[in-house]
Amino acid sequence: MTSRLVTRREALAAGVAVAGSVMLGGCGRPLPPTYGSVLRLADNFTYVAHRTLLPGQALVREYSRADLSSFPAVGTIDPAASKRPEVAESYRRWQAGAFGEWRLAISGAVARPGAWSLQELKALPSRTQITKHVCEEGWTAIGEWTGVPLSRVLDAVGLQPSARFVTFKSLDRRYDSIDLLDALHPQTVLAYGMNGRDLPVAHGAPLRLRVERQIGYKSMKYLTEMIVTEHLDDGGDRGYAKNGWAWYNGI
Amino acid sequence: MAAVSVAALVFTGVEILMVHPRLYWGEAGNDLTPPLLELPISRNYRHGGWTASTPLLDGPGAPVSAGRTFHIFNENGWGRSLHFLSAWGLVGTGLVYVLIGVAGGHFHRHFIGGAKYGTLQRASYAIVVFVVAPVLVLTGLTMSPAVAAAAPMLLDLFGGHQSARTLHFFAFAALTLFTTAHLVMVIRSGFARQIRAMTVGDRS
Repeated sequence: MTSRLVTRREALAAGVAVAGSVMLGGCGRPLPPTYGSVLRLADNFTYVAHRTLLPGQALVREYSRADLSSFPAVGTIDPAASKRPEVAESYRRWQAGAFGEWRLAISGAVARPGAWSLQELKALPSRTQITKHVCEEGWTAIGEWTGVPLSRVLDAVGLQPSARFVTFKSLDRRYDSIDLLDALHPQTVLAYGMNGRDLPVAHGAPLRLRVERQIGYKSMKYLTEMIVTEHLDDGGDRGYAKNGWAWYNGI
Repeated sequence: MAAVSVAALVFTGVEILMVHPRLYWGEAGNDLTPPLLELPISRNYRHGGWTASTPLLDGPGAPVSAGRTFHIFNENGWGRSLHFLSAWGLVGTGLVYVLIGVAGGHFHRHFIGGAKYGTLQRASYAIVVFVVAPVLVLTGLTMSPAVAAAAPMLLDLFGGHQSARTLHFFAFAALTLFTTAHLVMVIRSGFARQIRAMTVGDRS
């Protein structure tokens, strides 16, 4: 059998070359640390492959009101019942004042850092979208989200040219970040409404993130702080990567 | 490499299913919606650890929300990442196989013409290579929110995210059955001779 158009060896070499060029294409891209795990390396490969091969700002499918489904609340479902007294106390105080005291602190590589109230965020142009929440566990739910597109907020605070990532912190001590491509995606929203009502406590009141092209856990609830950074901050001990989960999870 | 990838995909696939052992049809499916099928394969099966339901809209039969109070089995941190690492491994070797199959005439000689294999054998191998394996790969891709955003026709093709997940499971089950039958036949028809044929080449 010597007349084959492609030999196994040639095909293998071509495969390695394609995989290699995808990884090389990602070399200029800052990646989260792997903490010595081949699994985190695989997550980074997925991230680079998605960013290289998929169109930059494709929109996720949006549904109609008739498609709204029941929606489980998982993770933290009531910060007022937190075992951490400072968390429970803060949340109870906010609830007592209908979240009038709550603020989103914005800092980092922005021209105008500051603390935003819910009313100030609601005064910015809003977006309502009916999208599918995809949980890493395997379930999905369709919900309607109303909020301010993150890009509008970033415009309002003046993104500096050095900005590359947006890091979020929440009352329930989550610490996570997204790249600027996701941050500026038209469907990335800071949501204060769900299904036409105020965001329920179990779903992250008063403000949660929606990152529609990634798995549900990236859409952090109970936001308190947003920091625009030049470098990727994966949250270290409090972040997903060091705790055994993918930082990028669009898969 | 392909065999290791497949073994890891099967192992982590079962682990991932154990985290949410319910299958649905359509786009949305979760513990608060009726399943098509429930598999009693982990402590998460019908765990019942939910707060009282609250309606998310007005009117009878409106969608509801409930908070989970049960500490579920969940090893998806490594399970999912290992599943995708293995999938990448199989994408590489699979592409090579298809390239060689088409360019080298392997598919044509063994599946379409030639008397080396029986009709039933040829049909079952062709179904695995051209139907089950592509369905397995495409339903897997459909479940990626980033891929589904880029290629929403995948959602239409399979009838939604949860339909794709259900088909992913049944394609896996079909492939596992086929592989088991295949291995039994290899062993019964002369293990040493078959392995020789696959590696150093047979004498026919």
